[in-house]
Amino acid sequence: MAYTIVLKNCTGCSACEPECPNSAISATADGLYQIDSDLCTECVGFFEEAQCTAICPIDDTCIPDPALVEDRETLMARKVKLHGK
Amino acid sequence: MDERDREFLKVILEPETQASGCSEKATCGSSAGPSDMDPEVWEKVKNHPCYSEEAHHFYARMHVAVAPACNIQCHYCNRKYDCSNESRPGVVSERLTPELAAKKVLAVASEIHQMTVVGIAGAGDSLANPEKTFKTFELISKAAPDIKLCLSTNGLALPDMVDRIADYNVDHVTVTINMVDPEVGERIYPWIFFEKKRWKGRDAAKILSERQLLGLEMLTARKILVKVNSVMIPGVNDDHLKAVNREVKKRGAFLHNIMPLISEPEHGTFYGLSGQRGPTAEELKRLQDSCEGEMNMMRHCRQCRADAVGLLGEDRSAEFTNEKIEAIEITDGTYDLAAREAYRDKVEETREKERKIKEMLAGLGRGKGLSGEAPILVAVATAGEGLINQHFGHAREFQVYEVSAIEAKFIGHRRVDLYCEGGYGEDDSLSRITAALSDCVGVMVAKVGGCPKKTLEEAGILPVDAYAYQPIKPSLLKWFAEYVEGVRSGKITPRAGSGETKIRSGAFTAPASVPGQIPLAVLK
Repeated sequence: MAYTIVLKNCTGCSACEPECPNSAISATADGLYQIDSDLCTECVGFFEEAQCTAICPIDDTCIPDPALVEDRETLMARKVKLHGK
Repeated sequence: MDERDREFLKVILEPETQASGCSEKATCGSSAGPSDMDPEVWEKVKNHPCYSEEAHHFYARMHVAVAPACNIQCHYCNRKYDCSNESRPGVVSERLTPELAAKKVLAVASEIHQMTVVGIAGAGDSLANPEKTFKTFELISKAAPDIKLCLSTNGLALPDMVDRIADYNVDHVTVTINMVDPEVGERIYPWIFFEKKRWKGRDAAKILSERQLLGLEMLTARKILVKVNSVMIPGVNDDHLKAVNREVKKRGAFLHNIMPLISEPEHGTFYGLSGQRGPTAEELKRLQDSCEGEMNMMRHCRQCRADAVGLLGEDRSAEFTNEKIEAIEITDGTYDLAAREAYRDKVEETREKERKIKEMLAGLGRGKGLSGEAPILVAVATAGEGLINQHFGHAREFQVYEVSAIEAKFIGHRRVDLYCEGGYGEDDSLSRITAALSDCVGVMVAKVGGCPKKTLEEAGILPVDAYAYQPIKPSLLKWFAEYVEGVRSGKITPRAGSGETKIRSGAFTAPASVPGQIPLAVLK
């Protein structure tokens, strides 16, 4: 599943944005941050853990999107599609 | 020099009224004059209000909050909290882009000629946002080359950034080091983000500590001045900070600033919510005193916000909001370097005179049969300029001095007014003041009303208005003799301190558009 940012918790600190290997994170009009689920690979193929969650200062804010459950193969396929092997 | 600068300097230029807050080298680190310091170091610190106690009476700083991201979590920090009436580190009302920050610096520098230093201290960690931080430095150094640049960091990214820090001529760096032992560190830092991974517990603290000390060594090897900030957390690192003091001294830190933990449940920090208390004023002073023999200690820190503007102890950030800055037209004439230099020249003259007066003051109380008497703590209401020149009821903070027969040593500030605590009656605010000064035997003021006078006396704090508008230090030395005489004759009953004097931290934050406040001239 792709990750999502719970906007009501987000402080807009921007820490997650440069950490994303897929450039899936961008600012909203309000200065908070959002994740483009089409670009999110949950850091599969890059890192052991999702970077946005690892650096987010607020608990339960960068979370796996329960509405977008995907398996590892799907995520890996997306990584290959976005970045090549 | 414009009218405001002349106003600011007027009183201190009167030859009879000079004495600054502090003259002891050991107490205030860099407060000593050029004669007892490496000339190269003196040149760096003399106009920096955070590194020189003497300078903080004349020069102002501003923080630009261009660095919102952080790479560690501290138990005393909650990134969700921002109260515009609260002044403490990690708190900021608005974030700035590097471009807007540079514009803000020009606007403030044109308005406040005392402003000599721009620092980046957050709201997250300056070095966790290297692109924003260094872009800001680049823009400022182009537009305002006379302004000193400094930054403050938790140290995790520091070893990777030392080259760039040196490249941008940042000559003051503050590293917050709360421990040198991971067993202590794991009780302060729940996690760090390092090398693409979140580390927890003792591992996290070990990495952080190694990086901090390595970074410190690398900075001092390049002759960049380093101040170490430590947060004193009773029961967690209070005793341990003596070991921290030894380790940072060994690695060449210039100044150590031990600050009290700020911990209130309403801040929503881990410590605030779990009931971790901050130190009392007595505990803080004891620890600072015990480290003083080791190295220079800073005692004038006000733990200001990441977007603070103005002299330490005041915060004019509300006058320079993003909206106001965006509206300003910056023209070639806006940045008046000549006026700023004229102000600095005037200040240098004044400081030279002050130094001479300090020399004259040394040993004033010797040979009067008082030398065996124990020192006392005395609070002073001052609006600056080294004078007892503030009405008791107008004081938002008091300076506290340790006074003996031969010296009056500045040991810190006591903040007594927080707008966040509004809604209390006058009686409550009076009892807050007596609580904040409960380790002092007297309070020297320009004037005090009948009612507070009585309350102070009942609390065992003698109100003294006989030295109104006199210079602080000689007055304290003279009053010490009176106090001892009073005790000897039985007129004054000496009292023991409570040992539980509560610290209120942070600089006072002025609300916007207070009547009588100087308007932003550049906006007109």
